[in-house]
Amino acid sequence: MKAGLHFVDGGTACAEGAIFAGCQFFAGYPITPATSIVEWMAERLPQVKGYYLQLEDEIASMAAIIGASWAGGKAMTATSGPGFSLMQENLGYAYLTETPVVLVDAQRSGPSTGQATMPGQQDIMQARFGTHGDITPIAFSPWSVQEMFDFTIQAFNYAERFRTPTLVMTDGEVSYMREPLTIPKRSEVSIINRERLTKKHSNPEEIFLRYEMPKFGDGHKLLVTGSAHRPTGVRDYTPRFHRATIEWLFEKNRQAGLALREEGLDLETAHLESAKTVVLSFGASARPAYQAVQTAQKQGHDVGFIRLKTLWPLPESHLLELTKSVQRIFVVEMNMGMMVNEIARVACHAEVHCVPKVAGEVHHSNEILDQIMESGAA
Amino acid sequence: MKEPEPRLGKTQQYYRENYLRNLPNAFCAGCGNGIILNGFVRAVDELISAKEIQHQDILGVSGIGCSAWIPSPHFQGDTLHTTHGRAIAFATGAKVMNPKLRVVVFTGDGDGAAIGGNHLIHAARRNIPMTVILVNNLNYGMTGGQSAPTTPLHVQTSTYPQHPEAPFDLTELVSGAGASYVARWTTFYVKKIIATIKEALLHPGFAFIEIISQCPTYAARFLTEFQSTLSSDEREQFKRHPGAWMLKALKGKKTGEGLGQPRYEIALKDKMIELGVFKRERRPTLIEHLQALWG
Repeated sequence: MKAGLHFVDGGTACAEGAIFAGCQFFAGYPITPATSIVEWMAERLPQVKGYYLQLEDEIASMAAIIGASWAGGKAMTATSGPGFSLMQENLGYAYLTETPVVLVDAQRSGPSTGQATMPGQQDIMQARFGTHGDITPIAFSPWSVQEMFDFTIQAFNYAERFRTPTLVMTDGEVSYMREPLTIPKRSEVSIINRERLTKKHSNPEEIFLRYEMPKFGDGHKLLVTGSAHRPTGVRDYTPRFHRATIEWLFEKNRQAGLALREEGLDLETAHLESAKTVVLSFGASARPAYQAVQTAQKQGHDVGFIRLKTLWPLPESHLLELTKSVQRIFVVEMNMGMMVNEIARVACHAEVHCVPKVAGEVHHSNEILDQIMESGAA
Repeated sequence: MKEPEPRLGKTQQYYRENYLRNLPNAFCAGCGNGIILNGFVRAVDELISAKEIQHQDILGVSGIGCSAWIPSPHFQGDTLHTTHGRAIAFATGAKVMNPKLRVVVFTGDGDGAAIGGNHLIHAARRNIPMTVILVNNLNYGMTGGQSAPTTPLHVQTSTYPQHPEAPFDLTELVSGAGASYVARWTTFYVKKIIATIKEALLHPGFAFIEIISQCPTYAARFLTEFQSTLSSDEREQFKRHPGAWMLKALKGKKTGEGLGQPRYEIALKDKMIELGVFKRERRPTLIEHLQALWG
C-alpha cells in the first residue's frame, strides 16, 4: 500500500505494518479473528519476494518463524487463543534462544473454543506467564487500526533491538473493525534492521548474551539450543551459566521497559492533572472507557484516564508516579479481572476496582460510567 | 577429573579437526549414534571435497532425544537443537527463508514418528528439499526404555509389560505421504549409509532415510529372544557387549536389487524388514512452487 490515507480493517493494517517493517517470512494456521492478517500476508509477501507458508498447525508455525529468523529473515505469525496456547512451548524456545520474532494474538473470548471469533482480553496473563519457565515478554496492546500498523512496526523494531520475541496482543474487535489508516512515508519511521555479525565484533564465537543476531550460512558454526547453554551455545547445565542467561533476559526486558517509556510507547493519559478517580484500560476496552471518561468530564466530574499501550513489561514506576495522589482506579478489561490485580499491586495506596466483561462484546460506556457513579467515586 | 587425551590416527584427527567438536560424546557404550555421526561426516566430507556442496551451507537440525545429540553439539557447522518433535517444522522455516542451506534433520522414532509425526508427513507431502535421518532404535532411549510407535508388538518395555501396539513401517508411511527419496538401512551398513546420505543431500526434494539402530542400554533388554538361544558364555558376552551383539542382529540377508542398490532384509522380532533405496523421483519442490508466486 502507498503512503497516504486508507480505509482498512485492523488485520490488514497489521499485515501492512509487518511489510513496512521488512517482514520476509510468515507462517500461520487459519484461525479467526486473525484471518485478515493471514490472508493479507499471503497476498503481500510474494509481491516483496518474501515467503508465506500455511503449515499443518500453530506449533509448526511458531517453529518455522524461529527457523526463518535464524536463517536471517524478519519473521512473524498471527493467531488467536487456541493457537496461542499451542505456540507457547516454542515461544519459550524463542525467549531462551534470544530469537527475534513477532507473534500477533487476536484474542477471542475463551477458555477453549469459547465464543469463537468474538473478542476478549483473556490471554494477557498467558502472554505474561504462558510458557513454562521464567520469561520476559514485550507485549503491545493496540486500540485502533492505526496502532495495529504502528505497533506491529514497533514489535519488529523491539524484537530486533533486544533480540527477543515480541507480542502484539490485539483482540477480535480491533482486528476486524475498519477505520482510517495513514501509512507514513519510508523516511518518517525508523526501522531497525539486523546487523550482520562479523569478525569485527568482540567475541564472535559467543552467540548468546549479546544483541547482535548471527545467522545460519555465514560460517559461524552456530550451536543454537533450547537447553541451558554457555554464551557459545554449548549445552551446559551448571548453575552459573543458566543463571547468567536468565539474568541477561531479565536485564534486556528492563532495558526494553526504559526504552518504551522514553519513546512514549508505554502508556498515555488524559485529564489526569487533579483527578482523584481514574479509569485505566487498554486495547478495545479502552475505547468505551475513554468515552465514559469524556462523558463524566462533560457532566462536571473530575475523572482521569490512563491507557496502557504496552502490557508487558508493565510500566510500573511510570504508573506509580502518575497515580500517587489518585484515590480510586477503575480497571476496564474484557475478562474477569486480570490486569486489575497488577494495578492493585502497583498502586497499592489506591482503591482498585475491576470493571470486567466476558460477553464476547466490548463494554458500553454507560456500564463503566454507572459503576463509577454507583461507587460514589465521582 | 580430566579425560585422558585419546591417541588418534591421522583419519580420526582429520575428522575431528574439520567436522567434529565437543568430544567425547555422551552416548552409551555400543550406541549406534556414533556410527551414524561417523557416516554423516564422511558423506559430508566427500561432497565438500568434490565441491558438490559448501561446508557453511550445511545446517543440522534436531529435536529432543538421543538422536538429537548427533549434530548438537558434535557437528562442526550450523546446528539448531529444538523442542521435542518439532525439528522438521523449525527446519522448514530455515530452508524456505534461505533455500541455499543444505538442511539435515536428525530425529528419532519417538521425536519424529510420535510427537513429530504430523510434521514428518506434511514435510514429505510438500516435498520441501531437506534430508531427514530418522534414527529408529525401537524405543525411547533418553527417558529410559519406554514404548515407541516403532516398538515391536508384545515386547516388554518400561511402560508396558507386553507392548500392545503394532509398529509403524516408517518408509511406507513417508513414501505414501509423498517423499521423493526414501531409503532404509541399519547401522551395520555403514558404507550404504554414507552413499545414501550423499545421494539424499544432493536430492532436489524431501529425502527420508530411516536407520535402524541398536540401543544397548534399553532395547537390548526387550529384544531378548535371541538371548535364549545363546550358550552361557555367549550370554555373558551379550551382557558385557550388548551393542556389538545387537549390531550382529542388524546384519541382513541379501534379497535382490532395487533402484541400483542391493536390497537386504533383517528379522525384527517375528517381522521381516526390508532394507535398501525404495524411492528416487523428481517432482517440483515447495521452494519452486513458492518462488513461482513471485511472478
